Amino acid sequence: MEVFLQQLINGLTLGSIYGLIAIGYTMVFGIIGMVNFAHGDVFMLSAFIALILFIALQQFLGLDALAPSFVIVLFASMALTGLWNFAIERLAYRRLRGSFRLAPLISAIGMSIFLSNFVYVAQGPRNKSAPPMLSEVIKLTSGGAYDVTLSYKQILIVVVTAVLLAAFWFVVQKTPLGRAQRACEQDAKMAALLGVDVNRTIAATFVIGAALAAVAGVLYMLYYGVVNAADGFVPGVKAFTAAVLGGIGSIPGAVLGGLLIGLIETFWSAYFSADYKDVAAFSILAVTLIFMPTGLLGRPEVEKV
Amino acid sequence: MAAAQTLLSVEHISMRFGGLTAVDDLSFDARRGDITALIGPNGAGKTTVFNCITGFYKPTSGRISMAPNGVIDPTALDALTRSGARGANGLHLLERMPDHEIARDARVARTFQNIRLFSGMTALENLIVAQHRPLMRASGFSLFGLIGAPSYRAAEQAAKDKARGWLERIGLAARADDPAGALPYGDQRRLEIARAMCADPVLLCLDEPAAGLNPRESAELNALLRSIRDDGTSLLLIEHDMSVVMEISDHVVVLDYGRKIADGTPAEIRNDPSVIAAYLGVPDEEVANVEQEIGA
Amino acid sequence: MAEASPVRAALADAARYGLIAAALAFPILALRAEPDFSNKLVLEPRWSWMLGAAVAAFLVRLAVALAPARAARKPAAAKAPSGFAKKATKAFAAFGLGLIVAWPFIVLLTLGPSGALKWIDNYGVQILIYVMLGWGLNIVVGLAGLLDLGYVAFYAVGAYAYALLATNYGVSFWICLPLAGILAAFWGILLGFPVLRLRGDYLAIVTLAFGEIIRIVLVNFSALTNGDAGIASIPRVTFFGLPFVAGPKGFAAFFDLKFSPIHRVVFLYYLILVLALITNLVTLRLRRLPIGRAWEALREDEIACRSLGLDTTKIKLTAFALGAMFGGFAGAFFAVRQGFVSPSSFNFVESATILAIVVLGGGGSQIGVAAAAIAIVGGSELLRELDFLKQVFGQGFDPTQYRMLLVGLAMVVMMNWRPRGFVASRTPTIFLGERKTIAADLVQEGRG
Repeated sequence: MEVFLQQLINGLTLGSIYGLIAIGYTMVFGIIGMVNFAHGDVFMLSAFIALILFIALQQFLGLDALAPSFVIVLFASMALTGLWNFAIERLAYRRLRGSFRLAPLISAIGMSIFLSNFVYVAQGPRNKSAPPMLSEVIKLTSGGAYDVTLSYKQILIVVVTAVLLAAFWFVVQKTPLGRAQRACEQDAKMAALLGVDVNRTIAATFVIGAALAAVAGVLYMLYYGVVNAADGFVPGVKAFTAAVLGGIGSIPGAVLGGLLIGLIETFWSAYFSADYKDVAAFSILAVTLIFMPTGLLGRPEVEKV
Repeated sequence: MAAAQTLLSVEHISMRFGGLTAVDDLSFDARRGDITALIGPNGAGKTTVFNCITGFYKPTSGRISMAPNGVIDPTALDALTRSGARGANGLHLLERMPDHEIARDARVARTFQNIRLFSGMTALENLIVAQHRPLMRASGFSLFGLIGAPSYRAAEQAAKDKARGWLERIGLAARADDPAGALPYGDQRRLEIARAMCADPVLLCLDEPAAGLNPRESAELNALLRSIRDDGTSLLLIEHDMSVVMEISDHVVVLDYGRKIADGTPAEIRNDPSVIAAYLGVPDEEVANVEQEIGA
Repeated sequence: MAEASPVRAALADAARYGLIAAALAFPILALRAEPDFSNKLVLEPRWSWMLGAAVAAFLVRLAVALAPARAARKPAAAKAPSGFAKKATKAFAAFGLGLIVAWPFIVLLTLGPSGALKWIDNYGVQILIYVMLGWGLNIVVGLAGLLDLGYVAFYAVGAYAYALLATNYGVSFWICLPLAGILAAFWGILLGFPVLRLRGDYLAIVTLAFGEIIRIVLVNFSALTNGDAGIASIPRVTFFGLPFVAGPKGFAAFFDLKFSPIHRVVFLYYLILVLALITNLVTLRLRRLPIGRAWEALREDEIACRSLGLDTTKIKLTAFALGAMFGGFAGAFFAVRQGFVSPSSFNFVESATILAIVVLGGGGSQIGVAAAAIAIVGGSELLRELDFLKQVFGQGFDPTQYRMLLVGLAMVVMMNWRPRGFVASRTPTIFLGERKTIAADLVQEGRG
């Protein structure tokens, strides 16, 4: 029971991070029908940016208090990562929009390889360990065979995720930008004819997706305390799995899928084998697609004949 | 008598998409040697019926049976239905079969409302692909073909001759080596029909073959469809163009909101004012105008 | 001053790019986090890098803006069949093949045995492996239009099949080679069966997942695969039973030659050349058979295929299995060439590279794929030769670090430059009058 409760907490924490990344996949897929393969690496990049900014605040400005530096780092990382994804969309994808479908995919894969190696060159191949931050925990149970703990970090992750998702949901549902996004998702050509600036809407989608990935990156850096240039690929594929599991194109689906993947992964590691936890995630991806191609919350698609 | 000639029998089929009922308890027969037309206003469910017959959709309920080489015997049909099999003794239950088996075993070929040619392949290649089954067998599932066996080469030549025959028949022999996607619209329509015919169907289903054709092309199409019927292939077609329907059909089925509202010869349909009213959705006083328009 | 304004606009635009580049470079490039003596991360400012990035972005943008405007793109009309172009292509292919066949001897004669090794091995064998893999994957992607991002799994199956059979049971390479192909084809069917109903990007992602699953299993199933450490001392290739060793029983002694390690490399070169040419020949032959036409028809329109009675599942499976089989052959060759296999040789980047070769090749012609393999693999091998840059940037500069960075960048640039690849037009497989090339814009690329 204790193990179960502990894994539930850990799984929800991890799942929040996957869910944040998954939104970026699902939005981009929804609006231009492309798997943005580089998104996992954008997430990794944001974790590095966050790490460097944290240290910079300490080293250059002597800012040691966690709360203000966390807020600064969070928003600065979101802005910088958003700018990165803006540039990536502009340079690597825009010209290929509406072109043959393999070209953007290969371009995205190339961008993914570029980004991970760029960080590798810029920051070196070794793992970077962040200074320990916010390591207090709350003991939820004690006296049993095993103390179930809830760390402040975990609370922070879940709370930040929930708050930002709410803000994001507001943007997508209630603002003109969100409306333009949904219009482009339905029919970009028609939206353009009705005066929606499609290029700008798509760019905004990339920026928002990257900003959410940056939130995930900051939280990931905080939670694990270690980042590496190769850390983009696997979380990226898992977040994509989450997006597919939830039903690609559906934003609540992406969050739900992320939570499920996080839970499945932690439970699998706890009860079966940590070595094969990625196999579990990938198998779920395959099984979902084969038996439920529209995912949990996706729209059913009738084959047009 | 009528039952003896029945080639395809659609019985009580319904098709629902979520809450929408596209086809509601529809029954009709297509007889051997006939051109049967399925008409109705937009959204009446005609293409859905086609997709059910050709296996692209599975009807929610109902039975579709087909006897490519014989007649539909009600006793055998009931026995087959109870047995749970897909087909036996030359009788097929289409709602139980996957689409490619319907084309292959029940020998129903079709064309599409939005032309679906292999646009990057030549007109000739399109017709050769339609003869996949016999060629595949002749190539020994590629083994004889790989070593270039003479028996395969002869089979390929035969397939080519058959394709050439069809290209000549539709007036496209000169464009045999041009990509199908580069042909004018009317030519593409005829090529799609020829391609379906190269699959050796017993029943050819055409989804709006005259759509987008000019009057001259439309008249040529009528001649082509009649000649196909006279050569022994039965036809089932969806059509909006009344000049085509009234001129060449032997039997017309009228659909509205997924239900059959009339079934008979063109003359009977033409003289059925309720059909006209329901079909065109016009007030009674305008029916006379409409009747005039369609030549009743 | 009418002349000056476009220049000024270009300058302003380039300046904007430079500023954005500076902002992008700011934390990640300008501040490097390195652990100090107490293992605490400390930032080392490197403002010159950031400045360099900004200046580079400025100059590149300026060059692009000021470059003479390229002629408007040709309208995609159907290509008129030109006898000259056809002859030129044929002559080029014949010349290329001649060059490839003679390559080891050209290199040997010009550089001598010691200098030639690298040029035959890295620029010959290595490229030919990818040519073969590209041709194998082209059956799946180029002909059948199915997107496979996990092709490397079959390469791995072939490599481990040989490695395990040879080290555990001493089975000879010449028996393992066909077995590796068959095993890979079997895995292709096994994996293909559940996933081939999927379309487009979904298929790509599931094949990627399968590729990763196979790699993870190779890492973790140590009892069989020896995990990350891999399998070493795999028996080397023999000349149909004659080992390439010094001594009386070796290849050199048998043919009265002086022993040299180059013999084995040259033999490997011709072995992979023959394997690649077989792949090509079989593909070209199959294309003109019903099965090949069915693959292409499937790529053009799957629904139409089904309406004509083609069993699309079986047709997809044959393409998948055949592509996998050639991947398996290449894998067995890889194992016998390296003498060592480990899971790290079969990661996602390999699959991506092979797919990039096929896509850049254009899928339309075998020559395009071969050219793309030469460009991508040859180019990335050339990047290993950048040691002279140490003279420019100082001894601390390690050019090999930049190799994959440039490979990734090149993939982006090439796709933006030629989204449809080198040769995407297609040659009909059968004709009544004359064979005319079909323009690329009519050829579909498949939705599977």
